[in-house]
This record gives sequence, structure tokens and C-alpha cells, in this order.
Amino acid sequence: MSAAKTTSVSSFKIGPLVLRLHLVLVLLFLYVPIIVMAALSFNQSQLYELPFTFDLVWYKSLAGDSRLIDAGINSVVIAVINTVVATVLGTMAALAFARYQFRGKSLLQLLLFPPITIPWLVIGTAMLVFFFWTGIGRGLHAILLGHVALSLPYVIIVVGARLANFPRQMEEAAATLGATPWQTFWRVTAPILAPGVIAAALFAFAVSFDQFVISYFLAPPGVTTLPVAIYAAIRKGFTPEINAISTIIIVVSMGIMLITARFYRFGGER
Amino acid sequence: MSQVEIINAVKRYGELAALDHVSMTFKDGEFFGLLGPSGSGKTTMLRAIAGFVVLDEGEVRLDGKNIGATPVHQRNIGMVFQNYALFPHMTVAENVAFGLDVRRVSSSEQKQRVSEALSMVRLVGLEARKPKQLSGGQQQRVALARALVTRPRVLLLDEPLGALDKHLRQEMQIELKRIQRDVGITTIFVTHDQEEALTLSDRIAIFNAGKIVQAGSPGEVYARPTNRFAAGFLGEANFLSGKVGGVTNGWAQVALDSGAIASVEGQNLQIGQQALLAVRPERLAIHASSDTTAGNNRLAGTVGEVIFSGNSTSYRIHCGNQILSVFRQNDGQAILASGTPVNLTWEPDDAVLVAE
Repeated sequence: MSAAKTTSVSSFKIGPLVLRLHLVLVLLFLYVPIIVMAALSFNQSQLYELPFTFDLVWYKSLAGDSRLIDAGINSVVIAVINTVVATVLGTMAALAFARYQFRGKSLLQLLLFPPITIPWLVIGTAMLVFFFWTGIGRGLHAILLGHVALSLPYVIIVVGARLANFPRQMEEAAATLGATPWQTFWRVTAPILAPGVIAAALFAFAVSFDQFVISYFLAPPGVTTLPVAIYAAIRKGFTPEINAISTIIIVVSMGIMLITARFYRFGGER
Repeated sequence: MSQVEIINAVKRYGELAALDHVSMTFKDGEFFGLLGPSGSGKTTMLRAIAGFVVLDEGEVRLDGKNIGATPVHQRNIGMVFQNYALFPHMTVAENVAFGLDVRRVSSSEQKQRVSEALSMVRLVGLEARKPKQLSGGQQQRVALARALVTRPRVLLLDEPLGALDKHLRQEMQIELKRIQRDVGITTIFVTHDQEEALTLSDRIAIFNAGKIVQAGSPGEVYARPTNRFAAGFLGEANFLSGKVGGVTNGWAQVALDSGAIASVEGQNLQIGQQALLAVRPERLAIHASSDTTAGNNRLAGTVGEVIFSGNSTSYRIHCGNQILSVFRQNDGQAILASGTPVNLTWEPDDAVLVAE
């Protein structure tokens, strides 16, 4: 951490202004569209006209839009259930990978990565066909199944990274001190693993909450999640109400990512 | 306080025998060092006593009772790990209290015993710190306090001082010895550092290739090694090979390969059999080559490398096709120059007959 700080400070000192300019441009590129969109959600004009007049009218109208609100509730409920299920199952799988030798283990580990790279459109189509064929059908239950399947590899990889650095001697020490395997797990293993598990849970939440394609394919008529509802609304006509709901989603998503970064530090030890 | 016995222990990893029919008794209250190169089986034996390794054959007995089937957490054995394995999410006091807490000792007694343990290792005042905020030496002390607070029957130390710098290591050696003596606990430790083994142990065992090649007090093993490995691993040794020429009253005359004759104490020797002698570098005396006194235990040679290290000097002396190492205190004698012809002599008692 401190090493990284020193490097960046010194590179700013030595490096040309171009470097800073580059950084500013990159950030602008990333954030200007988002900022414009968020700003327009507070603009009174329905046709996105300037001058900017601050008004919460679109947030008020959003509050009266039961379709978007229902979709929002669906999204949150699915995301929360998905987070719990995927985190528990994924953590258990990561523990199994880290702690046990079994047939086909390396093949299974290898197979974790393709789902992350396969386009969601393809996975979504596959799920739709499979669920139809097996009789699982469409609906919130199907969406949840799809989300769990999609989140699992992320959870396993994130928790697995934490487990890879896990000092087994801690558990051995606990055992010599008289702790049963159960006590050792809850009092030593789980607390040390916690930051990785929390980061994985936030990943799982984000994967589900931001999910459009899978939800779109698996939602029956009349049932939607927030991203699907937004898409449907946009097709009918763009209103600043969409800007308002999008702004809320961005605030929530960024909040989650910031918390994730706080726990996870992307692979590094805290 | 307890006695630990290892009886005919065998542990195989595939083709490799980490323990190859090893037996050893660790006496009550003894400070015992397991010494050997890495992969020689010493750590496997320690882990078998702790219960992390299940033996393929043989027994681990604690006070006469076979504990082979007892799980680790029921053995009541204290262990200090090489990297201490302190729990990073707990304070010093919580780390030390852990073993009491899982045994459901009342919190008032926990407090009392934790503070006793911390004062024993001289860490009072650091109760609220996290392990990361401690120096290596302090972490070592916490690990020791944590291992001893449950009043285990045996204390196991895995390379206890390996992670410390030299100065701290010497300080902790004295500390460890003091604490071990005060508590009176049977202590078994693993090390590859021979100085550490010699300093700390009441007895040592030297491991090689899954077997104990020699065990005894440090002085005994150093002075009377029984085999080539023990002689060469613990300290430095010069090896002289030859054939037994005659035996009288338990003393043999060995005709060395260089042509010289050496006397050595040895039982059951046959005339004509091969013999290997070990002589410590500090037991060889260097004389000027003009001194031509005849007699046994004498080799002519030439000074090769001279390694001056302040209070002492090490010489490599070329004797025929062999290079012998000689260690001399710098107590006023002139330092010899490379190329000087010399005679080496030793007392009959200084040579030890060792097995190949």
C-alpha cells in the first residue's frame, strides 16, 4: 500500500504533465455520460432541454410508477436471495477445492472460467432452452436459478483467492489448543476468511442486480426486474424518469463496488 | 509433565520413508532437540506426536498410553509453530486465552492465567495489541504463552527461533531455556541449526533419511560420534580411513591410507578390516616440519588456505590427496603462511572410530 503510494507520488513529480492529463481524460471518458445522465434526472424539462432547472419531479413521478417499483422490488429480492445462496454454495465449493483432493478436481476448476467469458446472451439462450425443455419454465424462480449459476464462479474464484493465502498452521494451532474442528472453523477459519466472503457476496449481489440479458430471457410476461423494466420503458419513449431510476441504480452499484474494494483490495492482502 | 515414547514408528509418503522404524523415549521434563537436514524425518516425528501425522506403523505413547487414535485437540499438547501462527483477528490477550476459552474456563480464571502467562514471557502491557503490531521476538513470546497457558503435558517447538535474527535468537534461546526450566515441561523441538540444538538441549537426536543415527547429550554426541553422518553433521570432522593392523587391550593400530599409523579405542575389531576415524579440527595440533619426532598419530602436510577470523584461524592442510581442516585459537602463535610444510599430530583419545 505505502509502496504504491510512493511510486505514484514520485512518478507525478518526475513524469510529465501528460500523465496527469491522460488520467483526467480517462476519468472524464468514464464518468461524463453518467454525470450528464444523473444531472438530467434533476432537470425539469421532459425533452432534456436546457437551461438546467433543478426539480425532483422525475423522482416524484418515479415514486408513483408501480411498474418500475415492482420491478425494483423483484430485483432487490432476487439479488438478496441470490447473494445468500451463491455465497454459501460458492464458499463451500471454494473450501472443497482448497482442502480436498478428489477426482476431476482440476477439470472442475478449469471449467469455472468459461462461464465468465461466454457472452450472457449465449448463456441466456441456453438457459431459456434448457428451462423450457426440463419444465422449469420461466418466472422469478428461473431468474433466480440463472443468477445463482452466473454468480457462483465469481464467488468461488474470489473466496478461493483468499483461501490460497490461508495459513493452515492457524487451524493446526487452534487444534493443539484444544479447539474442536467446529470451534476451529467458526473462531479461526471463518473470521480470517470473512473479508473474502464479504467481497464475494458483494460481487454476487452486483452480478444479479445489474443482470439484464438472463432476466429478460427468463421473465414471463407481466413479471420484470428493474433492468428489464427500464429497457421496456425506453422502447416506449425516453423520459427523465429513466434517468432518475438509473441514477439510483448507479449510486447503489457504486456504493457496493466501493465497499467491495474496501474488503477485497483486488487480490492483495489488506 | 509427561514422558513421550515413540515405538517403531514408520511413516511413508509414497516410496519415501519419512520415518523408518524409529524408536525414542523423551523423558519427563527433558529438553530434547531433533536435529537433521530437511527431509530427514524430524518434523514428521514432531507432527506425529502432535497428531497431525498418522503413523503407518508403530505407536506414540504419552505416559505409557497409546495416543495414536486420539485427535489433536484432545491430546493436550502445546505447540509453537515456525511462523507462530498467531490468530491475526485476535489481540494478544485473546490469542493467549483461546485455549482456555475453548475449554470453557471461567472468564475470571482466564484473566488470571493469561496475565500469569504473559508475565512469564515478559509481555505484560501488550494485551490489547494485535499480532501485526508486535516484533518477531514478541510474537514468539505470545506463541509460547499461548501454548503453555493450557498447562499441556508436552511442549513441541517447530524451528522455534528460525524466523528471528541472530541477536534476538540468542536472547530467545536463553529465555526459552529459563521458561522451560521454570515450567519443567517435557519439551521436544525441531531445528536444523546445530548451535541451537547444542545450546538448548539436554539431549539431542540426529536424524538422517528417516532414521535416528545417534542420540545422546550434546557433549557426548559431539565428542563420541558413532557414525560418519553424525560426526559430519554436528560440527566439523576430518575423516581418516585405513585398515586395522593390530589390536591390543581394546586399542587398535590403524594403518592409514597415507601410510601413517593411528591408535584408536575400539572393541571387536578384526585385523585387516576397514576402519574410519573422525578427528575434530580443534584436536589437531600443528607442528613445524623440522620437528621429526617419530610416532603414531602423525601426518605430514602443507598449509593450504588460511582463514583468519579474529580470535581463531582455520587452516586447510593438504596431506597427500586429502585436505584436513585444523582450527587454532589465536593465543600468541604466529599465523602460518600458505605453502608452509607442517606436521599434524593428535592424542589417541581425540580420534574416534565411526561407522561408514
